[in-house]
Amino acid sequence: MREMEQDRKKWLWGLIGLFLFVLVLSLFVGRYPKPYWLPIQTLLEDDLAQRLVFNLRLPRILTAALLGATLAACGTVLQMIFRNPIVEPGFLGVSQGAAFGAAVAILWLGGSQLMVEVSATLFALLGLALSFLFARSLRFGGWVLRLILSGIVVSALFSSGMGILKYLADPLTQLQEITFWLLGGLWSITWQELLYILPVVLLGLLIVYLMRWRLNVLSLGQDTAFSLGAETTRERFLLLVAAVSATAVVTAVSGIVGWVGLIVPQIARQIFGPNGQYAVPGSMLIGAVFGILCDDIARTLLAGEIPLGILTSFLGAFIFILIMNRSRVKLR
Amino acid sequence: MKSNNIISLKNLKFSYESGKVILNDLSLEIKTGAITAILGPNGTGKTTLLHTILGLLPFDTGQIDIVEKPIAAYSRKELSQLIALVPQSETVPFNFSVVEYVLLGRTPQLGFLDLPGEADWLEVETTLKRLDLWGLRNRAVNELSGGEQQMVVLARALVQKPKILLLDEPTSHLDLGNKGRLLNILTQLAESGVTIVFTTHDPDSAAMIADEIILIKFGQVLDAGKMETVFTSEKLSDVYQTGVTVQKINGRYITILNNGRFDQAIRENE
Repeated sequence: MREMEQDRKKWLWGLIGLFLFVLVLSLFVGRYPKPYWLPIQTLLEDDLAQRLVFNLRLPRILTAALLGATLAACGTVLQMIFRNPIVEPGFLGVSQGAAFGAAVAILWLGGSQLMVEVSATLFALLGLALSFLFARSLRFGGWVLRLILSGIVVSALFSSGMGILKYLADPLTQLQEITFWLLGGLWSITWQELLYILPVVLLGLLIVYLMRWRLNVLSLGQDTAFSLGAETTRERFLLLVAAVSATAVVTAVSGIVGWVGLIVPQIARQIFGPNGQYAVPGSMLIGAVFGILCDDIARTLLAGEIPLGILTSFLGAFIFILIMNRSRVKLR
Repeated sequence: MKSNNIISLKNLKFSYESGKVILNDLSLEIKTGAITAILGPNGTGKTTLLHTILGLLPFDTGQIDIVEKPIAAYSRKELSQLIALVPQSETVPFNFSVVEYVLLGRTPQLGFLDLPGEADWLEVETTLKRLDLWGLRNRAVNELSGGEQQMVVLARALVQKPKILLLDEPTSHLDLGNKGRLLNILTQLAESGVTIVFTTHDPDSAAMIADEIILIKFGQVLDAGKMETVFTSEKLSDVYQTGVTVQKINGRYITILNNGRFDQAIRENE
């Protein structure tokens, strides 16, 4: 009976190996000194190449990994807590809330990194809360549909708010910064930015990881979860705040990067089954690999950067169609 | 003197925020180790009653004692080690396999951040085999038939090792064969010392296994006690507001509804 467990553990170790491999490999991928590949010899000899790899590429790759892992973990948490396999941070007003909060901070709160993060987090939580409250008050359709509908409404509200902010912003300075949110990308990442987001992101991921069994319990109905001893309200709140804060903080440096939180948990469930004991770490690892690979393409494929958000949406939409067509995703 | 009531409710009142009163000054006692059936018409507060005993719904006034201690004196974890619930219907949102789902029933025995270990897997294996579900262990719960699902939910409740098992309409989606099997299992459980409380729309299932009957109407206890005294034509007719005849055949009580074509034909013959 536990052979399946052994298999899943092997998969996890395999993914850890893949993650490390992709991480190291990506250090050599880029457009310096010539497109696509940096020979090891050059790295050993060229001073500029060394500084490029360790001061720019490494923090950026690590951030891409954190971004992917966080979005995937947040997607898993939202899907399990809301008992809905087709939600993700971008569908529930979290990403748009975070971007709106960041724009508010850029426009009126001085635009310091800390302010941007705090404001992004608060508005992300507000977005989630609004989506949840609207969904509860809707008198149409089942829970899965209601949550999606109210997420669309909240996202639209924040998008229109964003439109107003763009209209108000100084076109020479602030507007550029804000536009960056809507596209998503990691070109401005340095060690300092990474260190800034690290505490909240790691804490959020740690909480989600530690509570991965509780997540299973919470995904059952309210009465069953309660009868199994879960402090349902408190535990859901803790998990949501941890996951959404981590997402908001990482969004504060990356901008809106969509679809990762939707498709990665789906892929993880295909491999590991829904059990959070394996699906949560599996999701994080697949998300990290996906994040690094997408960012590799974004910074390498063309002479100019491709915005990361565009890339993940493009890939994500395709993968989503594939999954929904062939898998046994149950919507009820 | 030690009371032999494992659950005791005194003057319990429960109403929704809208002000609608569901349980009104309800008092009852559940005997340790007995099988108690709660009968009553639709919408009379049976599910609410189970949820209040579980601690899920906070009541307005009154008192609930579990093993002679007020329910508020227990932590969530202690209560979950004591009482298990088989809800009326359980939707498992993702395709958890039977064995993974049943394993979740071990949660009350685990520390807050613990994962299930060897002993928990063993408990699940024993229970699945006992309920004849071992062959289904790798199937997805949400792809099973209604009857199989109900048995799997029961297995999840049993690995909790509860002293009290609450079941909400456990036989409502079952065919005759499954109903018979479920009722047998409940009888065996009671013999092994588990107190069983179940609600049902079906007086005949109650008549088959219950030691005690509680009749509920409009959020109050109409009558409670042993089968012989409570399970009568008059009382059941009163609870359901329709003519019911109780007959005893081979020592077992059976209910017959006094209406419909068949009944008319009998009357015409007479």
